[in-house]
Amino acid sequence: MNLLECINLCKSYGNKEVLKDINLTIPKGKIIGLLGKNGTGKTTLIKLINDLLTPSSGKILVNGKEIGCESKKIISYLPERTYLDKSMTIDKVIKYFEDFYDNFNSNKAKKLLIDLDLDLSQKISKMSKGMQEKLQLVLVMSREADLYILDEPLGGVDPATRDYILDTILTNFKDGASVIISTHLISDIERILDEVIFIDKGRIMLQSDCDELRNKENSSIDEVFRRMFKC
Amino acid sequence: MVMKMNYEFDNNIPIYIQLVERLKIDIISGKLKPGDRLPSVRDYALSLKVNPNTMQKALAELEEIKLIFTERTNGKYVTSDQKLIDKFREKYANELSNKYFLSMQSIGFNKIETINYLKEIGGKK
Repeated sequence: MNLLECINLCKSYGNKEVLKDINLTIPKGKIIGLLGKNGTGKTTLIKLINDLLTPSSGKILVNGKEIGCESKKIISYLPERTYLDKSMTIDKVIKYFEDFYDNFNSNKAKKLLIDLDLDLSQKISKMSKGMQEKLQLVLVMSREADLYILDEPLGGVDPATRDYILDTILTNFKDGASVIISTHLISDIERILDEVIFIDKGRIMLQSDCDELRNKENSSIDEVFRRMFKC
Repeated sequence: MVMKMNYEFDNNIPIYIQLVERLKIDIISGKLKPGDRLPSVRDYALSLKVNPNTMQKALAELEEIKLIFTERTNGKYVTSDQKLIDKFREKYANELSNKYFLSMQSIGFNKIETINYLKEIGGKK
């Protein structure tokens, strides 16, 4: 059974159609890049899958069942903007996640944060922007989820931090789980991807295995993307 | 076996093909010894910072050309067939030499001149 399935999924904001007839299947155990320019519907699709928006029409199935309470338990979601209360200390946030999620592994989170030389009694507001992003990622990756959905995890961080983020994703996702990563920073991320989905103007333009695509086009995914969506 | 290697990957070429090449060279050069047990697919992938599925694909390819084999439930091992390893080594040496001769040719050295040149600088070191 597919982990995630979108069937004839449409979403409009008022008269504006943002997603048009999306059909998509995500199997288990894959790292998938959701790639598209700004404003093409990536975040809308991700919010729909997380049940934060309601589809205008169509269906979303997770493990064969319509999304809802059960799917939220097994999806670990990193939104574009942080939702953490910045007056909290790291210790307190960990406690909060522990209370919230059955599958949160607080020992793993603490270990990863200590590896980053973070003082756990520190307030979030006292941390740099890059550190806050790392903290958020560590929290999300420390859940033993079936599907991780990361919305622009590389936005606004320096290249060294990007490498840290990619390696953290790669070494921490649960065996057999899948990861969806949305980004427009393709060249940074393509080495860890199994598959890519290209999205443009609210439609899926392509879904392919990465190495097959490199073979066929004789170039990097980044290059294929640039050629396809030249402005 | 602790493995920490940092391979740079070229995004223009399928990653699994690059992995096959790197592992082949590790075997030919003796970095991986005949009969060595390989780490699990996941550990191996993570140590090289690649996706486990990509590693799986590369290992399947190496198994196909018999440079590694799977012992049921026990993991994957480097072949003990030294003759086979030597055969791949010979093939590589041949390819590299041909490439070298071609490069030298492009700056006006014929084969004999190239060999003499090699002897000359080889003696100096």
